[in-house]
Amino acid sequence: MTVTRAPAETLSVLDRPNSYIGKTVPRPNLDRLLQGRGQYVSDLELPRMAHVVFLRSPYAHARIVAIDADAARRMSGVIAIVTGCELEGVIAPWVGVLSHLKGLKSAPQHAIAVDRACWQGEAVAAIVATSRAAAEDAMEHVAVEYEELEAVTDMRTALDPATPVIHAALGDNLAFERILDAGDVDHALSDSEVVEAEFVFGRHTGVTLEPRAVVADWNAAEARLTIYQGTQAPHMVQNIAALHLGLREAQVRVVCKDVGGSFGIKVHIYADEMATYALSKLLRRPIKFVADRVESFNTDIHARDHRCRGRIGVRPDGTITAFEIDDLTGIGPYSMYPRTSAIEANQVVNLVGGPYATANYRARARVVFQNKNVMCQYRAVGHPIACSVTEGLVDLAAAKIGMDPVEIRRRNLIGDDAYPCASPSGMKFEQLSHHASLAKLLQMMDYDALRAQQAGLRARNIHRGIGIASFIEVTNPSAAFYGVGGAKISSQDGVAVRLDAQGSVICQTSITEQGQGSESLTAQIVGSVLGVSMDRVRVILGDTDNTPYGGGTWASRGAGIGGEAALQAAKALRQNILDVAAAILQSTPAGLDIVNDSIVNVDDGGTPRIELSELARIVYFRPDTLPPGVQPELMATRHFVPRQFPFAFTNGVQASWLEVDIETGFVTLLKHWVVEDCGTIINPQLVDEQIRGGVVQGLGAALFEKCIYDERGQLTNANMADYLVPMSGEMPDIEVGHVVSPAQESELGAKGAGEAGTAGAAAAVANAVNDALRPLGATITEIPLTPQVILTALGRI
Amino acid sequence: MKAAAFAYARATSVVNALELLAAHGDKAKILSGGQSLMPAMNLRLISPDILVDIGGLAELRGITVSAGVLIVGALTRHVDLLKSPEIALHAPLLRNAVTHVAHPAIRNRGTIGGSLAHADPASELPACVVALDAMIVVRGSSGERRIGATEFFKGIYETALSPDELLVAIEMPVAGKSSTFFFQEYARRHGDYAVVGLAARAVVAAGRFTDLRLGFFAVGDRPLLAAAAGRLINASVTSALLSEAATALADELDPQEDQQATAAMRRHLATVLLRRCVAALLARPELEAGVTK
Repeated sequence: MTVTRAPAETLSVLDRPNSYIGKTVPRPNLDRLLQGRGQYVSDLELPRMAHVVFLRSPYAHARIVAIDADAARRMSGVIAIVTGCELEGVIAPWVGVLSHLKGLKSAPQHAIAVDRACWQGEAVAAIVATSRAAAEDAMEHVAVEYEELEAVTDMRTALDPATPVIHAALGDNLAFERILDAGDVDHALSDSEVVEAEFVFGRHTGVTLEPRAVVADWNAAEARLTIYQGTQAPHMVQNIAALHLGLREAQVRVVCKDVGGSFGIKVHIYADEMATYALSKLLRRPIKFVADRVESFNTDIHARDHRCRGRIGVRPDGTITAFEIDDLTGIGPYSMYPRTSAIEANQVVNLVGGPYATANYRARARVVFQNKNVMCQYRAVGHPIACSVTEGLVDLAAAKIGMDPVEIRRRNLIGDDAYPCASPSGMKFEQLSHHASLAKLLQMMDYDALRAQQAGLRARNIHRGIGIASFIEVTNPSAAFYGVGGAKISSQDGVAVRLDAQGSVICQTSITEQGQGSESLTAQIVGSVLGVSMDRVRVILGDTDNTPYGGGTWASRGAGIGGEAALQAAKALRQNILDVAAAILQSTPAGLDIVNDSIVNVDDGGTPRIELSELARIVYFRPDTLPPGVQPELMATRHFVPRQFPFAFTNGVQASWLEVDIETGFVTLLKHWVVEDCGTIINPQLVDEQIRGGVVQGLGAALFEKCIYDERGQLTNANMADYLVPMSGEMPDIEVGHVVSPAQESELGAKGAGEAGTAGAAAAVANAVNDALRPLGATITEIPLTPQVILTALGRI
Repeated sequence: MKAAAFAYARATSVVNALELLAAHGDKAKILSGGQSLMPAMNLRLISPDILVDIGGLAELRGITVSAGVLIVGALTRHVDLLKSPEIALHAPLLRNAVTHVAHPAIRNRGTIGGSLAHADPASELPACVVALDAMIVVRGSSGERRIGATEFFKGIYETALSPDELLVAIEMPVAGKSSTFFFQEYARRHGDYAVVGLAARAVVAAGRFTDLRLGFFAVGDRPLLAAAAGRLINASVTSALLSEAATALADELDPQEDQQATAAMRRHLATVLLRRCVAALLARPELEAGVTK
């Protein structure tokens, strides 16, 4: 690990004795999960619970002429069959726009389609029965008469006058457009070598192990809805459900315990989930919806699917003079709710060229509607597009002037001493470490030796490639991300910490756990700051009735924001405990500390005075023995939100080493390296595994994953046999290194690490494939890099 | 993703299974390892009225050698093929092939009889039995018959089995000392169905093929015993001759296009496999010409 800045003069609360910060400690929830005691919504059973399945449109675009459910209603086990018209009175439609994305438009979307289905997979009726199987049996007997309408499928022609407009009231199929022009691109390009390419990104999706799952339980007696849901943002779900069901937020409780993977897939509000809430209210009983795998492919948000034309200007000395992009993406028929589907394209504009000190940048992004499944934010939103375009262009520029890909980066990456600074798109950087990261990467991969090996193998007709990709990563978003646009999505988080009557600690946090280790990092921070052992800290999360209000876990914010709130809450509780201890021990708070679950003296080498259990006993059961006027507060709550910087940017660099079989077009990944700077590292193993998991999802995009639609808007590979998720057999060893530039805005100094792996992996692989193929005269700027694509580029087929 | 309701009968003997098949005809499906059948039912791609479970029929399980013939019971699981010393000795091609069949969990349940009767043109074992010149033993109400592997496969998921017949065993001549084998497939991921694959058996003497059976799969509607192999038998294999054979092979194939590959790509990959196979079997790497590994 490389630390870019010397530690502060005084020891922080994190440097206390027996700190868990920076240590790989086992996650407190491991035993529970390994022993099958996880609380996944998919497993939840409630009394009188019914199951809903959704009859989904087989057409990409069709008018619903008539629905005949009479036969199905009479079938055994069927409780109700509900159409969009019937549900409309229970739950109000929504429009997925935000005011800070100027010009973004969308049409009202219903929980169940009312007159028209706009993608293959949109629900047109709900079948509620005593079991999922009974509901599926009945579904086969619901007859829907459709009138097929022309489907808009190709984003390239979505704006043509001849193309039908999907929502007539909107006037056209353009959802959003953003134009940016910084510096003087034309002038910069006029005296540079200019390289241009079109980068094509396949549409893909997040494929969580546990599908989306919700149980909604309307209790008419309490006039209260309890929603058990695998979500990343319980308070957001609470707000939205209340808003559209006509309830106050206090009438909605959202419970979210264990979640089998999210990756951004579960940070949105889906129509079928809204329908499930409404059905529970309508039918006055618990209703369960668990998407099956085919439904997941057809309705879980898709992502990427961009075509981005890019230009770069470069001088013979390697100076990059300008970037220019024209990005196009198709998002399906509606902008997703409530985060909208313009964010990814907006991020692409924000992030292209971001690692480089190039002032001239022009960008246009257009987001169009089409009759395919909805698109929205998935892990590393926009980052892989921006990184692949930027790093692809940088490699093309290097090739154009005959410069090594590492050297051109050395000459253009923002200097490590140039901070704080801002990018041409207005992104503010507090402290990044591109050069330190690159240096560390080259050392880890032994770059020069690898180049020599590559040359030697080339002589034997073995074609290997090295690809490098620097990246920046958006983490710890402030209110600038969603709040300023009017979304009720909190950017702050809260943590409450209390000492129980035996000296154990209960910690309630508003961040959530989907496997990334939120529970562990919270316990590590609280234990370290308080001076108690981790096994005495119990973390409660995922329950709007029982945690402070907050955003949840998404956009790499859990550690940086929720972690800081935990730190501050624990600090406050520690002070409260020391105040009481001083009163009990006739000492002063400054003369005491908490170490190893005991109050100790500061100045005599830490002599233990009393155990926390003894202090708690006195406070809770013998307060009569305390001096007059002492009112102990053994519970403290703190909230945190970043204010100085809209985002805590992190940075890093990745490298891929691979072999291309030029006869078959198959790519073998041999090794992958990542150096990443996420500031303070709380748990090294959790961070490294976050990075590795992210890399694997990026490698999936690079080589395997693609939602394949036909020209009628049919998703043709909606199953696990034909949609190729990355699997362990094809994954290389992934080495992870760190540079540490702590965030200055928080005492904890942690930034996020969840997007980094995904942000740069595909770019590194694409650059490596092109590096391997360069002597053969082929350049590919399309992912996934399938054998078919590679053989075609090589002219073999 | 729940199967439609179906009846279930666990056969107590082969005779009992045949009675059940006779009674229900094509409304019945045989349940062997269930690795293709159950997903298809859960997706409601098929909804048989009744499943006839032959899983308890010990008489259909096991590997024996008798009078120069290797007999593999239809219920023999992939994992058993992988671990069997008899298979390693007498039909190592099957062992090599099985390592490419899906993943361990599936190999623990899937059976050779099920795989052959299912007749997916992209799966490994049908091509192996074609290359190994196996006989497929089937039993029906009117008795037992033996069908040559090349006659058994009729099309995509189609075989010479009639609805009232049960595949009971596979018989293969044991591998002679002079036999050598080659198995390779190109799949997007380990365990996926092949984009193109080749299972081959050869007899090489003095640097020449005296026999060469090339069973290609995923190149058409059924495993294909390539006639182009004939050009390489009892001939001095040169680069030029191999090119001729590759051209003949490409002409012989009628591959389908799918999401993984166009027909042209499949033809190309089949010829790459042919070159690599011949180079490996003759231990002459130079025949790969322009091929990297």
